[in-house]
Amino acid sequence: MDWQDHGTILSTRPQGETSALIEVFTAGHGRHAGVVRGGASRKMAATLQPGSSVALRWRARLEDQLGTFTVEPLASRAGAMRDRLALAGLSATCAMLAFALPERAPHPALFAATEPLFAVIGDAMPGWPLDYLRWEMQLLDELGYGLDLGRCAVTGSREDLAFVSPRSGRAVSRAGAGDWAPRLLPLPACLLGQGPASWVEVTEGLRLTGHFLDRFAAEHGSRALPAARARLIAALARQG
Amino acid sequence: MAGAQDEIEALIALMARLPGLGPRSARRAVLQLIRRRTQLMEPLARAMAHVAETAQDCPMCGNISLGGLCEICADPARATGEICVVEDVADLWAMERGHAFKGRYHVLGGLLSALDAVGPEELGIPRLIERVRTEATREVIVALNATVEGQTTAHYIAEALEESGTAVTGLAQGVPIGGELDYLDDGTIQAALRARHSL
Repeated sequence: MDWQDHGTILSTRPQGETSALIEVFTAGHGRHAGVVRGGASRKMAATLQPGSSVALRWRARLEDQLGTFTVEPLASRAGAMRDRLALAGLSATCAMLAFALPERAPHPALFAATEPLFAVIGDAMPGWPLDYLRWEMQLLDELGYGLDLGRCAVTGSREDLAFVSPRSGRAVSRAGAGDWAPRLLPLPACLLGQGPASWVEVTEGLRLTGHFLDRFAAEHGSRALPAARARLIAALARQG
Repeated sequence: MAGAQDEIEALIALMARLPGLGPRSARRAVLQLIRRRTQLMEPLARAMAHVAETAQDCPMCGNISLGGLCEICADPARATGEICVVEDVADLWAMERGHAFKGRYHVLGGLLSALDAVGPEELGIPRLIERVRTEATREVIVALNATVEGQTTAHYIAEALEESGTAVTGLAQGVPIGGELDYLDDGTIQAALRARHSL
């Protein structure tokens, strides 16, 4: 078995004394693990950092074997290293991909959204937290837990949408919510494409996506969401 | 004879588990030890038995000590008001080799990990905060690896110590001594350019 692809490093662990076991999110093969011979060397250390974009060649005798990767660097995300918030975002993105995606199942649409996200976080460009929030919405879509924010689930109206039903994931307008409003999740305007997104709104949006990610986790083995995501939310809340 | 051979094989197997040694090099090392029994093997065995009996973590910094505080924490001259935070004892030894730091250390024993659920409590970060509070610390130097996990942990420590009012600094990143630009990765060149200084 032999294929070539490109992707992003999600995690790196030592494997023996000289090799590394890496997990990558690839364009055509989804989340995939493999061994990098010589991956523990100083020469390879920068290439195998989480978030780094790499060209890959995977080889194994049989398809279900772990296999070995040959890795070439494409883009570094070192710009995030000095920025506390960007580093939290980079770690959260890697951790969420490793947490949520099944192994060896391609997600081309999510990959297409993830590469630009890593690029903006890697350069610590302003506004990336809103991109991260939108990326989490897309991740929910890919996992089958997508939110329907197009119209009110009660009245059918497209106006004044302010809540999301925690059960159905559908938007609810203020008029449609009525007395049920306290039981619904607040819908930040930035998810409707309205106005600039403040840190508070992005944090609120992440609490919204977190509710449905928690549900996904509970229905797939009761695992808690990665601590890296919680650290990102805490860092954003401090900014606000 | 078979019993003696088994014991030697067991020794070889144990030696082969050490870093840097494989089965063949372990076999050569054991053969050398047996040939130089009085000069090498017996003193080595005595030293190993002594260290195995007495080695423990320093209750203050997490360095290896042979009972009680380690030499660095016990030395009053090292109470300079500076604490250098390192990932593990190997990093502490590396810093000591440089002879550049005269303060005390704090060994975390790991790094915050996004995937392995290693949190601040596992790393003794609350203990570091307590030390900073009680030891009249002027500066905390975070000397962690320039990796995503290392820098995530460094930023976490900086945040955790914000309220203490203590200066928190990190090591510089850039071109190593003897390094050639052509062989450096993009990230190191970016970091070096950001940290440029006037000549």
